[in-house]
This record gives sequence, C-alpha cells and structure tokens, in this order.
Amino acid sequence: MPSDTLNKEENILGVQEIVKRIGSTRADLIPVLQAITNQFGFISQTAMEELSQLMNLPTKEINSVATFYRMLSTQPRGRHVVQFCESAPCHVVGGREVFAALKQALALEPGQTSPDNKWTLLTTSCLGVCGIGPVMLIDTDMYGNVTPEQVKEILSRYE
Amino acid sequence: MKAVRSMILVSNDSESLVRGSEKIFTAFQQQLQQYGLTEEVSLSMVGDLGYSFASPLVLIYPEAVVYGPIKPDDVPYIVEEHLYKGRIVEEKRAPAHELSGRVAWLSARKGTLPAENRVVLKNVGLIDPESIEDYIAHDGYTALGIALQKTPDEVISIIKESGLQGRGGAGFPTGIKWGFVNKTYGNKKYVVCNADESEPGTFKDRVVLEGDPHAIIESMLIAAHAVGADEGYIYIRGEYQLAIDRVETAIIQAKEYGFLGENIFGSDLNFKIHVHAGAGAYICGEETALIESIEGKRGEPRSRPPYPTTNGLWGKPTLVNNVETLANIPAIIRNGPEWYRKLGTPSSPGTKVYTILGNVNVTGLIEVPMGITLREVVSIYAKGMKSGSFKLAQTGGSSGSIIPASLQDTPMDFESFKKAGVSLGSGALLICNDEVCIVDLAKVLLNFFRVESCGKCTPCRIGTKRAYDILTDISQGKGTLENLEELLTLNKEMLELSNCGLGQTAGVPLRDMLNYFRAEVEAHIRLGVCPTGVCPMGG
Repeated sequence: MPSDTLNKEENILGVQEIVKRIGSTRADLIPVLQAITNQFGFISQTAMEELSQLMNLPTKEINSVATFYRMLSTQPRGRHVVQFCESAPCHVVGGREVFAALKQALALEPGQTSPDNKWTLLTTSCLGVCGIGPVMLIDTDMYGNVTPEQVKEILSRYE
Repeated sequence: MKAVRSMILVSNDSESLVRGSEKIFTAFQQQLQQYGLTEEVSLSMVGDLGYSFASPLVLIYPEAVVYGPIKPDDVPYIVEEHLYKGRIVEEKRAPAHELSGRVAWLSARKGTLPAENRVVLKNVGLIDPESIEDYIAHDGYTALGIALQKTPDEVISIIKESGLQGRGGAGFPTGIKWGFVNKTYGNKKYVVCNADESEPGTFKDRVVLEGDPHAIIESMLIAAHAVGADEGYIYIRGEYQLAIDRVETAIIQAKEYGFLGENIFGSDLNFKIHVHAGAGAYICGEETALIESIEGKRGEPRSRPPYPTTNGLWGKPTLVNNVETLANIPAIIRNGPEWYRKLGTPSSPGTKVYTILGNVNVTGLIEVPMGITLREVVSIYAKGMKSGSFKLAQTGGSSGSIIPASLQDTPMDFESFKKAGVSLGSGALLICNDEVCIVDLAKVLLNFFRVESCGKCTPCRIGTKRAYDILTDISQGKGTLENLEELLTLNKEMLELSNCGLGQTAGVPLRDMLNYFRAEVEAHIRLGVCPTGVCPMGG
C-alpha cells in the first residue's frame, strides 16, 4: 500500500491490534515489525511512535532494528515488489542477462519505485531454490528458470 | 495405515511448487475419482525427491517408477495407462541414468550407484511431512524412547563416539559441544536449531525441514535430554515460508501426541519449542547474531568468548546446532556409533548433503558419504558439464573456497580439504564452466558480503566494500597490479581483525582467485582484455 493512501488512524489501530495479538516483550519486536510490514507495506514513522509507546522502547531503537533486516521496510514500496536473486548460483546460469532485461522492462534501477507506484525493484541474496535459477520473486510468487525473453510476459500478469 | 495396491508420491518442495506440483496433485485426485481408484490407490504430497532438474516428480509404488518432469496434462494418461491398465508409461519416465542412486529406497535395486546412503534425507520424499503417523511408521520417535532410557552422559558419549561434526560449515565435534552445555551449571538452558540457511547455493536444510520436520523435533528433544534444557527455538529464515508452515504443523502434532510438553514418555523431561522466523539477514546464521535476533535485536554477532554454551540466549547456557547436524542424531541413537563410523572417512564419519548447481546437466541434491571427490560428483551425479569444460567449483556458499581443476581428485572431507588449504563449507557445489570469468565471479561473491555485512566491525564493513570496488575497476579495465596486492592485504586484514566468520572468510574468494587464476586476472589489467568476454572492460 503506497504512502499517500495510508490512513494515520488505521495505521495506529492496526499496530495496536498486531501488538495485542503477538505480544509486547522485546522478543516480540521483530515478529511485530514483520506483521506491520506485511499489513501496511512498510513501517511508517507513525507506526514506530505508536510501537514505542506500546512496547516501552525508544523509537530510535525500533528504527535501528527495522532498518537492519531486509524483509522489513521503513520506506513505502510499490503495489508489487520484484526481488531478483543476485547471488552467484543464479548469476552463472544466466542471471546477469535476465536482470538486464528486468531493469529494462521496468525502467528501474534496484531500490527504485516506479512513478505510478506500481513496481518496486529490489535485489536479494540467495532465496534457497538454486536448483532452478535464475530466480525472481514477485510479491510472494516465485519464478524459476527465468529467461530474458520471459520477463515481459511474467510482468504483464500483474495489474 | 490403510492397505492399498499402489501409492503415488508427488514431490512438493519449493522448487516443485514453483513448477506446479499442486495442480498435478489435484489432477491426480480428479483422475483417480473418475476411474474409481480412490480406495485402491493412495496419493500423497511429499518433500524433495532429490531432483531439481526433473521436478516436479511423481513416484509410483510398488513398481518404484519415477516420472518427471510432469505437467498436469500428463496426469490423465498416466492414470489410465499405469494405474488402470497397469502399463508403465515409458516416455514419461525420468531418464533412468539421472535417477540412479539418487532416491534412497531405490538404492538397493540393481544397477544403481554404490555411493548412495541416505541418513539425513532418509525420510525426505518418502513420507508425508504433514503426517506424524507417517513419521512414526518410519521409526519416528523411537530414538527419543531409546535416549530417554539412557543417562544424559551416556547419550553424549554415543554422539562423541560417532564422530559427528557440525554440518553448518565449521565442522566442530557435536558431542563435545553437547558436553560443554551439559557441564555448564544452570537451572535454565536452551536448545536452538539454526535453520537460518542463507549461504548462496545451499538449500539442504530447507529440504529436511520441508520433507521431514519431525526429525528435527525429535533430535532437539534428544539434545534437550542430553544437555538438560527445557525450551527450544527453531530459527528459520523468513523466506522459507513452506518450511515454517510444515514445522509449525509438526509441533502441533507432536504436542497432541505428548512428544512435546511435560513428563515426555513418562520421564522427567519437559520441553517446548518455538518457531522464530528470520526477517532477512544472512548474518543471523552466525550463532551469536542468531541469538541476538531471537532476543529482538539487530542481528549483530557478539564478541566471543564467552560462547553460547555458557552465555547464550538471554545469558543462559545454549546449545546451537545446524539442521543437518541434528538430522543425523536419531539414526545414530537407533543404530549406534559404530554403524555411523562405517560411513564416510575415519576423520570425518557420516554422510554429507550437497547441492549441485551451475553449468552441469543435472542440478539438485545428493547425500553421499564423506570423502567422495569433486570429479565423481561432476561426472556421476551431475552427469557432466552442460556446456564447456570444468573450470572451477565454488564450495559452501560464499564463504566456501574456489576449487580449481587441479584439486578435483581431493577427497571431500573436513581433514583433506583443510590440508589442501580449501574449505568444504556448507555443502553447496557451484560448478562453473570455462565461460565463467573469475573476476566477475569474485565480484558477485564480494558484492554478497558487502550487502550482508552487518556493519558492526570496521575491517569487514570497509574491507568488503573496498574489495568490491577494486574488482569493479578491474572488470572495467581500470585495475592496476598494485590493486592485486591490496586485495591480498584486505584478505589478511579481514581474516585477522574481523569479529565473526563473515568478515573472516569474506576475503577467501580473493585469495583463491589470485592463487589459482592470477594470469586471468592479470590479463584484465596488463592486456585490457577479459579472456571470457564477460566483463564490460572499456564500458
């Protein structure tokens, strides 16, 4: 969900509900941040301030954890997040060519979000399905044995 | 279990799922109903059958015929021919040579390879991972019963005698580690299973968790009894959603059966297990970073000593073992240490699970005794190079070594590799042909460390970035010979000054590159040419 549609009250209520469900001890922090990322697309400043109250932790401490892990995001992302594996096993079986095709098709560099908020392109380290490289992940859909020719067709499946 | 005349197993690991194994399963359900065979034929989704190359696979017993790769459209014909009319569909069989020796319960059959001997993957692909009854029917939880009749010291000496070494990469003797935790005084101890498998090219632990989750629960219970722990964590990397789901299901089932809870098997063992999903950080595979992460902090490694065996999770004595290490435990308890020592080599007993990747004909997973050679892996299991000729293999993910052709006949065990100055790592074998440029490969490997360095200590944070920048310069034709000396210095400094294994091994690709492929690197600098034509050079 892009930032401009994020309702502050909904965000706060959502955070409260998540903390109630998962817990408010220090060990619950990462699962809570993961749940917030999954529900709202990213961890907003509002969410961090609310968490700080609920979990009795400084916001800078929450920010420090939230920015450490790759699966947590403190920045708004596009409606669809494309993650391309940049590790060696995918690289040597044609990943280089596929990534070039992907960057061209999306007109994005890694880390960028398209102006219409549709796509965010990220690179990721190994996803652990190396037997079928090159591998890319769109939201939660995994694609294996991807060829440069297939890239456009795969992207066209997403609204 | 109900008696049936035929049994269909559909591979259902992550890779098969990507290739549509669920649709195949549904197609079988429909077809079996249509032919009225549902009472006579059982249908199960199982874990990885060992063959990424030909997945999704379908295995039909009692004939033990393996079909693959299968599409949903193939199902009606297979049901009609094989199950209704009793004729094997030859044209859909996975090529026989590809599967020889790869599937454990076929290994006793004529004409398969002698090297196959599954311990860790014994049940993977054979049982339904979501059924505890299936696990119990295959000797599941009997090792726990045996272990609980022994004292903790007796269990530890069995593991010590077996010679089992940690399979996470470092190869530390497991029994000794268990002994350390056992001997540490404390009224609260933890057992942690490290399933944060993030080494590029490594997915052996995923396959065990997806295909045989109860084996890990049983092993953790045995470890808990041996070290005196009453609580455990399985730290699974967040990307492994299927593995997380299967382990959570297995924990619920084990609780229902009384294998988790209080007074297990009427003994005084109490044990509960939590699943902690990672949030995407390679460094959390380092045991102290993993502990920090469970505690809800940034995954930054602690200074050691003290080690987790005395000061681990929340400061309590903690046993941390890798998935593959734990998966060896039940078989060792059931069959005894002498049996285990017969596998592998005298200094490295047991089997090793390898993932085979890269420019070879067959990619996938094998479990073979310690001590087989790279040449055997490439020619027998990987069925040779797909194109070009063998140039190098990269072992054990990014912190592994680069093995040149001259070391192809070195036995792959901890001791022989150490002697040759290379490392076995976590069991990934990335086989590269002569179209792969060494500079480009090293650049990708160093980029990985640059991205995954946690940034806590300076030699690693700055060293990985500097090395990556130098390699980028060389790949663009802007390198100098002095750069090469700087790379060696960086390797030495990162090795000696970094806080944890990530920084200490990050320079290994640099060292190996200059040891074995210096001429190729120098060609980039002296001649301004990338011999394989991979690097952009001028551009």
